[in-house]
Formats: sequence, C-alpha cells, structure tokens
Amino acid sequence: MGKYIIKRVLLAVLTVFVICAITFFLMHAVPGGPFNREKALSEATVAALNARYNLDKPLGEQFLLYLRNLLHGDFGVSLKNGREIKAIIGESFPISARLGISAMLVALVLGTVLGSTAALMRNRLPDRLIVFFSTLFTAVPSFILATMLLLIFCIELQWVPVWSATSHNYLLPVIALSAYPMAYITRLSKTSMLDALSQDYIRTARAKGVSKFKMIFKHALRNSLIPVITYAGPQIAYIITGSMVIETIFTVGGLGSKFVSAITNRDYTLIMATTIFLAALMVAANLICDLLYKLVDPRIKYD
Amino acid sequence: MENNGLPKKNPLSLQLDLSKFSQESFAPATDEEKRQQDVMSKSTTFFRDGMRKLFKNPLAVISLILLAAILLTIIIAPMVVPYSYEEILSVNGKRDKGAKNLAPFTYSQMEQKYIDQGGERFPHIFGTDEQCRDYFIRVVYATRISLFIGFFASIIVLIIGMLYGSISGYMGGRADLIMMRVVDVIYSLPDMLMIILLQVVLNERLQFPAGSFLSRMGTSMVSLFIVFGLLYWVGMARLIRGQILSIKENEYVLAARSIGAKPGRIIRKHIIPNCLSVIVISSALQIPSATFTESFLSFVGIGVKAPMPSLGSLANAAREGLQSYPYKLVFPAIVICLIVLSLNLLGDGLRDAFDPKLKR
Repeated sequence: MGKYIIKRVLLAVLTVFVICAITFFLMHAVPGGPFNREKALSEATVAALNARYNLDKPLGEQFLLYLRNLLHGDFGVSLKNGREIKAIIGESFPISARLGISAMLVALVLGTVLGSTAALMRNRLPDRLIVFFSTLFTAVPSFILATMLLLIFCIELQWVPVWSATSHNYLLPVIALSAYPMAYITRLSKTSMLDALSQDYIRTARAKGVSKFKMIFKHALRNSLIPVITYAGPQIAYIITGSMVIETIFTVGGLGSKFVSAITNRDYTLIMATTIFLAALMVAANLICDLLYKLVDPRIKYD
Repeated sequence: MENNGLPKKNPLSLQLDLSKFSQESFAPATDEEKRQQDVMSKSTTFFRDGMRKLFKNPLAVISLILLAAILLTIIIAPMVVPYSYEEILSVNGKRDKGAKNLAPFTYSQMEQKYIDQGGERFPHIFGTDEQCRDYFIRVVYATRISLFIGFFASIIVLIIGMLYGSISGYMGGRADLIMMRVVDVIYSLPDMLMIILLQVVLNERLQFPAGSFLSRMGTSMVSLFIVFGLLYWVGMARLIRGQILSIKENEYVLAARSIGAKPGRIIRKHIIPNCLSVIVISSALQIPSATFTESFLSFVGIGVKAPMPSLGSLANAAREGLQSYPYKLVFPAIVICLIVLSLNLLGDGLRDAFDPKLKR
C-alpha cells in the first residue's frame, strides 16, 4: 500500500510539472509580447517592464523563476487589468467550487437513487422512463441545456431570477451542470446494482431471511457504489470544464467564466495561471479518488 | 415371447435384451429420416451474426435510419437550396436588407414583392440569421463540418493509437514499459484544459501557404485535428495494447504457433480479427465525443472560425437575441442532440452485437 501511494503521488507531481511546462512554453510560443498594446509604449518602459517580470532572461531561467513563484503561491498579474491573479482566483474560485460541489452532490445522490430504482424495478415503467431520460441527457451538451433553461425559466416564465450582483440563485446552474453526470451515474449504478443483485451473497442473505430493506441497503447498494466512486474522480474534470460554459451563460462570476473571458481577451498570464491551478486541482482530485477507491475495495490489486 | 431371429440374452448379462425388439427396428434409415438429422440453420459468419443481432436491436436500427436521413439531407440540401452558407441574401442582385432574422418559412418585404411580381423564391426553411443569411443552409453546413470533424478526428486517433498500441504490445519488455509510462502521463493530463490551451496557441501560430488544401480548411480546423491527434490517441493505444497482450496469450495462438504458423499468419488470421470489433466499436463511440468537444470549443469561441459555421458556434451566436429568435438556438441544438444520441445508441448497439464482453 505504502509503495503504491508513493508511486501515485510521484506520478501526480510529475503530471503537474509536465502541465506547468507545457502551459508555460505554449504560452510563450504565442506571437507578440505581453506588452503589445494598441498604443506603443516607449522602449524604456518596455525594458523596465521586461526587467520587472523577468522577461529579459533566457526562457529556461524564466520557467524556473515562474515555478519558484508558483510554489510561493504567486501566480503573477493579469495582462488586461493588472490585478493580482491570486486575488482573482481567491474571489472567483469559491463560487465555482460551491457550484461544482453542489452539482456533484446532486448528481451522485440522484444518480444512485435513480439507478438503483431502475435496477430494482427492472423492465417496469419507472425503469423504462429512467433509462429513456438518462440516455437522452447524455446526448445533450451542457451549454445547450443551460441556454434552454435560461430561456424557459428565467426569461419566459420568470420563475427564477437572473444571476446578478444582488441575487445569487444557484438552482439553474446546478441543474445544468449536474444533468450529464447524473445521467451517466444513473446508467452506471443501474448496471452495477443489477450486477450486485445477482451475486451469491445476496442469495445467501435472502435464504437467511434478511429483510428486503436490509438486503438492498446493507448488501447490494454498498457494493454497487464502487464503480460510481471510480467514476466520480474523473468527473471533477468534467464539472470544472462544464462549469466554464455554464458560468458564462448564466453570467456567474466564477473562475470558469473568468477563464473563458481570459481566452477571448487573450489574457495569457491569466490563462496560464488558471490552467495550472485547475489542472493541479483535477490531478489532486483524481489522486484522492484513486487512493480512496483502493481503501474502499480491498479486492483491487496494487500494481 | 416369440423369437425374432436375434440372439437371446444371457440372463446374467446387463446388455439390452435384443429379443424384445422387432426386426424393423434395425432397418436402415430412409432418406426422409436422414434429412431430419441435417443441421437446420445455415452456417453463419461472425460478421453476419453480428449484423443480424444489430438489426434486431430497435434502438440501433432507429439511430441508423436517423443518421442516414441526416447524411442524405446534408448531401442533397446544398444541391437543392439555391443559397450558400456565407451568401448574404439579395433579390435581383440588390442586397435585401429586410431579410434579417426572418422566422421560418417567411419572406422579407423585398422578397414578397418579387414573388408578387411573378418571381420564384426558395423558402427559408429555418428562417434567416442576423446577417441576412439563409439559416437552413447554415445549419446544413454546420452539421457537415461537425460530422466531418468528428469522423476525421476519430480516424486520426485510431491510426496513431493503433500504431503506438500495437508496437508497444508486440515489443513487450522495456520498450513497452517506457511507452506506457508516456501514455500514463498524457492520460493523466486534464484533456479539456490542454485542448483549450493548445487550441488558443495553435490558432495564433499555424500558417499555411495560401491556396493549399490546409489553408482552405482553415487554421482553426487543422489545429482541432492536431489537438485531437495529440491528446486522444492515448485511450485507443491503451485499449489496443491490452487487446494484443491478452490475445497473444490465448491457446489458439499457441496452437497456431505449435503447428508452425508464421508470425504474419498469426497476426493476420488471429490477432487482427479478434481486436477488430473492439477497435471499430471504440472508434464509433469516439465520433460523438469528438463532435461534442468540437461544439464545446466552438461555443467558447476557439473552434471553427467564422464565416464557416459549426453547430456549436451557431448555438453560441443564437444566444444574442435569444428571447426574440429562440428558433436559432433550437435548430442547431436539436441537430447536435440527434447526432450525438444516434451515434451513441448505434455504438452501443454495435458493442452489444459484436462484443458483448465489452459491456460495462
């Protein structure tokens, strides 16, 4: 176990390093320096700025300096408005995190409930309805669902207020963000529940006269949750990228919409910092999920 | 008991008492009786059996029909509809400024006048967009582009993944170990973020000589292919390597080798046919995911560049004036959902028909 943990942590660190390197060198491959503006700056100003941001040093050294700054939590400043990126992330990330965590919880809870219901009522009406809708929702891109929800509930029916400085309503963004993972988890937990129900230990439990409630919750559900846990880790990546468009559509001021606007504004330092931050987050989430998975299911071999 | 000419049974023997049977019981079988012994079903090949299973699956058949209908529409429509996807509508050579944001099947004032004077005008089936272009033909071209990207991206992924995976699987040993470590690192990169990043950079950097095939496709499209090719092949490579490793260990490969079959024959006759279904199925499932990614990138604004439409960029453009012209969102949205849904269902059907083991 210890060896496995060390191996996984090392791989995660290596991945984050590769991500930093890719991001850094890609962003420096973009033509035009960061101080190319419509109004030309004087040469002295450019030289001073270059010296301030270490842009006069060789690229390799710049990369090492950038890494050192990252380790100190210094992400640099935004090219467009000169704000500290750390502050931008600090104020917008909690919104994204709240949105993402709520969506993930909704998807996990509703997904397993629906999936298990479908498995227990196999080939009856509820099962068919659940399968139909979960298949349908895995084919709807989140940005389309979000725009439709916005159109119907915010604009046409006016049931839910549009996101603004004064009203923070997470309902529609959470629905839009959780739809796809929920549909997927439903399908996944249905198959794994069916699988668990056909196992020998369930037959033994029933032969011993265990109540149906106890059989489902104590024996079947617990075992059917394992594939769902494995799926939840990589889903964090989906939630983060999905949240980019959904935050943009609902004009939620989270990190995702900041990232999208950084892309459209070509704000390279902000793109670089956000990519590294989000990527490190995803790698960490995957790592934790993998380790948890091994803890939950001792049958898995450490290879 | 009368004697039927057969030997009598020794009372201590456990054999059948033949004297109980009549002579006719031992008559040779007639032709009719022989025919009953024939195998009733025709012999079937793996492919034919799979197709039969596929066509028994109603969902797969419906999605095949839907896809065929979509393909026919996007092939035929540009021949029938007299507008082009970047053409700003004009009547008798004069720009038709009133043809902005028309609802489906309506005409602008200028067009109405033209029709009243006896001219003929092809209806705007999906209306027009904010720049006075026919929306139906734009959706048709967008579908073409989105499907084209999905299809080619999955072919690129297939080629790279197959080469890398099979080399790694055949060589085994240290080469395999190193090649798989590389795959591990690429696999653990957050793909969407890397795609966005690469797309941002490549869009700025790529330049092609004017007039060449690549420049006609546009940098954004080429960079999309590069990005898919760089990142998505790892899954395919892993899958194929795993397949080859497990097939190599099978008894029939050992048997073939022991009767002296050459490696070429083993690869052709045993390994390729056995991984083929897995490869085809996962490539089929790759198409909708590539289409999905493309529409996401176009929606964010770093996918296919204007004036070329894609389903994602049309949906993004429709957000302006959503309240007044919701149909501009509805049409591309329905097309994306139908394409992704039917490709997914078809892929699932193929998987169930050709490789039930793969079912998750």
